[in-house]
Amino acid sequence: MPTDVVKVENLVRKFGDFTAVDGISFSVGAGEIFGFLGPNGAGKTTTINILCTLLRPTAGTAQVACCDVTKEPNRVRKAIGIIFQDPSLDDRLTVEDNLRFHGYLYNMDHRKIEERIPDVLMLVELSDRRRNFVRQLSGGMKRRLEIARGLLHQPELLFLDEPTIGLDPQTRAHIWEYILKMRKEHNLSIFMTTHYMQEAEVCDRVAIIDHGKIVDLDTPANLKARYSESTLEGVFLKITGREIRAQAAESAWSQWMRRT
Amino acid sequence: MADLWAIYILWLRDLKRYWYDKPRIFASLGQPILFLFVLGTALSPNFTGPSGIKFSEFIFPGIISMTVLFTSIFSAISIVWDREFGFLKEVLVAPISRWAIVVGKACGGSTVAVLQGCLMLCLAPLVGVHLTFEIVFQSILVMFLIALAITGLGIVIAARMKEMEGFQMVVNFVIMPIFFLSGALFPLDRLPSWLTLLTRIDPLTYGVDMLRSVMIGVGSFPVLLNLAVQLVFIFIMFAVAVMEFNAAD
Repeated sequence: MPTDVVKVENLVRKFGDFTAVDGISFSVGAGEIFGFLGPNGAGKTTTINILCTLLRPTAGTAQVACCDVTKEPNRVRKAIGIIFQDPSLDDRLTVEDNLRFHGYLYNMDHRKIEERIPDVLMLVELSDRRRNFVRQLSGGMKRRLEIARGLLHQPELLFLDEPTIGLDPQTRAHIWEYILKMRKEHNLSIFMTTHYMQEAEVCDRVAIIDHGKIVDLDTPANLKARYSESTLEGVFLKITGREIRAQAAESAWSQWMRRT
Repeated sequence: MADLWAIYILWLRDLKRYWYDKPRIFASLGQPILFLFVLGTALSPNFTGPSGIKFSEFIFPGIISMTVLFTSIFSAISIVWDREFGFLKEVLVAPISRWAIVVGKACGGSTVAVLQGCLMLCLAPLVGVHLTFEIVFQSILVMFLIALAITGLGIVIAARMKEMEGFQMVVNFVIMPIFFLSGALFPLDRLPSWLTLLTRIDPLTYGVDMLRSVMIGVGSFPVLLNLAVQLVFIFIMFAVAVMEFNAAD
């Protein structure tokens, strides 16, 4: 049995008196694609932020790559790659500068960095943009560059927080192609959130999270069978209801940020 | 070792951004040049400086300090932009110590500030300040001290600032007082006691005084005092900044 790359037990995160993540437990196996689905404000991004060491849990434990996220943050950081929900490139630098910056931050061997840059750029089809400034790229290209950057240091585990949001179907299809190729070639584990239920179909297992709690966790096929729906979208709506969510978590979070 | 490379690449990033943005290099020299030539000329007749020094000569080190001050604070505050544009997250999830982030940022911002200061230094012949190789070398060291102190202060502020809107407040209530109370534009020895007290609290006072002693041989305090105050201030700022970055949410 391969060991789990993510192991979360009774994880809780509060912002003031608002509980964004309310005692969740799950694990992600090596090489698995694990989907985290839930309405806006369900606690998805908060969970990712804890797993990638940007936020501290209020209670419970989280292990990533066999290391506790609060006790050994740097070992966790080294093992993971992240594509954030919001852009995180330096648009005043060139494509190549951004990648090289990343390589140095991850203490990669310098020759290795120069070898990997053309590889990852080829993977996301940006080889001809190497010397362009990031601000000259389109939204889809920037997203592809972020994926290239997240893969540069060859992480064990890739976090994708709504990786294809706001992209056209062609770009989305391509992005999934790269990610699946990477998984096949490097046994990469993937932890992803998305609002596109067709994309969640590629997951080995999905957890459906609502109001900070995991409501159900299974393979897409089992979920569809158990809820007797033909699509994950149907399952999702059945579990979480049709009501539109106020973005409670996000506003609680931003209020909390302002206070501190 | 990982942290040293991180410091290097954070430093290089600031330098590259500076180099790519050439219009800014010249635009930011406009204000100090105005101060130097307009103020320097206009107030010159009323000035009786120590040992026959002209007013424009007297304020030249002060104006250079001003250039370093403003460039340093802008560089440090860019952390708030990085937070708004998401780039800070890329740095924060990297496997590096938080102190390396502070040191890398401070070194990058300081180097840019010293480069701007050196551009101003080129104007020395126009205001009658005679530079030797030794003076230039010492001036660069002093400028670097000033820059480290102010980028340190800027990082401490930026770590608490969540939005760029607060920047004007920082300029009005922190940077302008620091500049005006530093003695960059006037001698410190004929002030009323309340103003004397305020100038003594200002950390930049000691930087300006040190730069003035090095460049034109006029200073109010012993060099050692100047050096000590600045080193202590830099140390405190860095320590607070690292603490702030370590206190992860």
